[in-house]
Parts: sequence; structure tokens; C-alpha cells
Amino acid sequence: MRRLINQRPGRVLGAVLALLPFALVVLAYMTASTARLAENPGDKLLPSLISMADALVRLATEPSRRTGEILLWADTAASLARLMTGVAISMVLALIVGTATGLIPYLRRSLSPFLAALAMIPPLSILPILFITFGVGELSKVVLIIFGILPFMIRDLQQRVEEIPGEQFVKAQTLGGSTWQILLRVAIPQTLPRLFDATRLALGAAWLFLIAAEAIAAENGLGYRIFLVRRYLDMQTILPYVAWITLLAFLLDWLLRRLNYWFFPWYSTGRAK
Amino acid sequence: MSVIEARGLWKEYGRDVVLEDIHLNVAAGDFVTVVGASGCGKSTFLRMLLGEETPTRGELLLDGRPMPEEPGPDRGVVFQKYSVFPHLTALGNVLLAEELEQAAITARLLGRARREALVRAHEMLERVGLGSAAKKYPSQLSGGMQQRLAIAQALMKNPRILLLDEPFGALDPGIRKDMHALILELWERLEITVFMVTHDLKEGFDLGTRMLVFDKTRVDPHAPNAYGATITYDIPLQHGARSTDRLPATMLEGLPSNHDEESN
Repeated sequence: MRRLINQRPGRVLGAVLALLPFALVVLAYMTASTARLAENPGDKLLPSLISMADALVRLATEPSRRTGEILLWADTAASLARLMTGVAISMVLALIVGTATGLIPYLRRSLSPFLAALAMIPPLSILPILFITFGVGELSKVVLIIFGILPFMIRDLQQRVEEIPGEQFVKAQTLGGSTWQILLRVAIPQTLPRLFDATRLALGAAWLFLIAAEAIAAENGLGYRIFLVRRYLDMQTILPYVAWITLLAFLLDWLLRRLNYWFFPWYSTGRAK
Repeated sequence: MSVIEARGLWKEYGRDVVLEDIHLNVAAGDFVTVVGASGCGKSTFLRMLLGEETPTRGELLLDGRPMPEEPGPDRGVVFQKYSVFPHLTALGNVLLAEELEQAAITARLLGRARREALVRAHEMLERVGLGSAAKKYPSQLSGGMQQRLAIAQALMKNPRILLLDEPFGALDPGIRKDMHALILELWERLEITVFMVTHDLKEGFDLGTRMLVFDKTRVDPHAPNAYGATITYDIPLQHGARSTDRLPATMLEGLPSNHDEESN
């Protein structure tokens, strides 16, 4: 009998093992839901899978009586617009500031401690300040996302630049490169794939801040919706929404990973070796 | 006229002395090899030639003028590792030299300038035997091919001196032989000055027209860093001649020799 650390599942068994936890959770939910519904058919806490599917279809196809919009799509569009705006602005700023501070000692000395202090501020604690300053509209939510993920992304990219072997910067100088040219042709191109990695890590936090901001003050959005229907214990809506948010987060993560693969072939081949 | 001149050069870090009282004149066209035990300051000396380090005492001159305090296009370099840019293809790596020179703001060439630069880049790749690997990324090249690329890249700027920091140290013996032939051929044809640090004594003898040995002349066992290394031997060499027999036996002590390779 080989040691446990040397045993690996085959393809089929591996797939089964991967699906097993999901299946167990669904099974446990169905059991509990059936038991509760048998006792009280009006129970709202654990709706049956069928009633959730019905609710989801309704949310995704029927216009709302109040606004005339189809809620699921309107909420998704509003939330994704906020999330993408915040994440895109953070990516651009992180790339510029992160590579510059990583490359230029004067900037690093001046900005690093400040950024470290900034990253320590719990972002949600400044949400009231953002609401007071920028109003309760879109801007404050986008700013919250940026404030929540940008310091971390900058520090991450700065470290990536510092990890580039010093030999490369010497070599670039012996080829006649100026600071600007080295930033443009050596530091930034090698940091770009790292930017996508850093963004993938930051997305979890970005969702957190988005939903928190929407829960507190918004007129639409995925986070707004689930906190709104919470008052009516509307688990039929909340659970499918949570599943939908999870799916969106997964797709974004997958997309970023593929982009890295498509845009930077040298990055994936280099790491495989 | 000497390309490199050192006059009473010292390098100290606080109370630790790395190099002491180095005097050196390197003539244009010399192939200087530098050997010595590890930690004897030969790499520090190379970094001073690069401009990464500055001497704490004495003078270091390049073509009669003080050595610039940062790396520049007059001194090309090939390190043992990380000498090429992983995010550029072989062609892109060589082309970069032209792009940095001709496009100050964008660092990219377009149109006719790019086509002309591409021709020169292709020629240089051919010259080092990488013509068929132009489109490959460094991670797809073998160690020897990566070093060929690094040499090609360094030569694009027609540097005054080519600095080599143990460039073949990580390569297999067979590949190393090919690289020796390549570097000698380039040195002869381009008539450049080469300054090469190696820990391989045989390599130093085979390649150089002149070999420098760095060693400590004084050692205080209670304070190992109290004295620095200096140039203890400065040996003129003939290419193709076996010079090991003419050396004083004391000199070979503490130097890693490659007898196993000599018997091949």
C-alpha cells in the first residue's frame, strides 16, 4: 500500500470527488427543505428547488410591476457596471502607480509607507464619509470599491516589479534605455500579467464592497435586491440571487485567467517550466 | 591607449575591505579573463566596470575619462542568468536595442525604420546561430541558446567593452565548448575588448589573451574581512597554448581547477 501522499485519483474518480461536496450540500438542503415543508407548506426559510427555479424564471423574464424592468437583468447590469468601473479604474491606477513605485526608489520611499497606512483603514468604515462626500449615487459605490482594492493591488504590483531580476534593469541600461523607456518596455510588460492575477485576487473584495454599498444605499443592484427582500424572508429570491452572483464571480475569474493566457503566452510557458 | 584603467582602486563596505590597491591597464582588443576563489571580489570589480558600484578610493577610467556611475551603452553585459527579457521573443530582445536608441518616447519603431532595424536584428541572430529561433520566447530556448541571445543583444550596441559575468557557468560542458568558439569568433571579427569573469581556470586560459588572478595577499584569521583581494598574477596568454605548466604551483592553490575536463 503506497502512502496517502503518493496516491492520486484518476480522471473519472477525480471528477466525482470534485462534484461530491456540491452534491452533498444540495442533498442536505433538499432533505431539510422537504422535512420543513412537510410540516408547514407555507414555510419560507427553506423553499424547495422547484419553487426557487420558478422564482428565478419569474425574475429573469417578467417585468416588474413597479418599474417595468426585468429585475434580474436590471440588477445585474447595475451591479456589473459599478463593479467593472471600480475594478477597471483600480487596474489602470495600480499599474501606473505600482510599476512606478516599484521602479523608482524616490517614489517608493515617498509613497510606500503612505500606501501601507491607507491599506490599513477598513474601507467600510469610510463608507459614511463617501456617502457624505459623493452622495449616495453611483460615485460613492465605485469609490468604495477602488478604496477597498487599490492599495492592495498597488502594493502587489510594486512587489512584482521588485521581483524582476536586477540583471534585467542593468541589461536594459546597457542597451541605452532611459528610466521612461525601461518603465515602458521592461517593467510594465512584465507586470501586466501580474496585474490580471492581482485583479483576480481583488475581485472577491470588490464584490464584498459592492454588495455592502448596495445594501446600505441604492435603488437597484444585486446587493440591493437581496437586502430588500430580506424583510419578507423571501428566500426564494435570495438564494437564486446568491447563486447567480457566485456564477458571475466565477465567470469573471475564468475570463481574467483566459485573458492572461491569450495575451501573454510567454508568461504561462515561462511558469510551466 | 587603454580602454580601462584602474589606479590604486579600493572597495570597502564599512570596515570590510573587498578590493585593495588595484592597478590595471586594459588595451583595446584585449580578451581579459579574471579568475579567483569565490568571494575574492572579482564580481565586485565587474560591477564597478558596469557602474553598479563605485570605488571607495582610487580612480577607474573608461577611455581616459572617469567611469560613469551607472550602466550605459558603451559597456555591454552578459550575466550567467536573467540576461534576456522573458516577455520578448528572441527577435524582440535583439530589436529592443534599436528601439531604445531610435525612439526615445515610444521605444517602438514603425514603418521603414522598423524594417531596417529588423534586418539588422535578423543579421545579428544569424551571426550567433539563432536565425531559426527568432520567433521563440526565451523560456522556449535552451540555456545555451539563451546565452547566445544575450550575447547578440549586447553586441547590437557595438559596445566599447563586453563584460561577461560567468556567462557559461550554468551550461553543459559540450555546449560550453560551442559557446567558447562563438565568443572567440565574435571577438576576433568585431575587434572588441572583452572582460570575462569565470570560476573555470581552463576557460580562463583557453579564451583570454591575458588572465588576471584575484587573491588576498594578506589574511588575518581573526578578522577575515580586514584585508581585501588584489591582482596577484597578470599573465599574458597565447591562444591555443597550454600555459598551465608555466604557472607557479602556489597560484593554483585555492583555485577551482577542472582537471576532469582537461583529460577529455
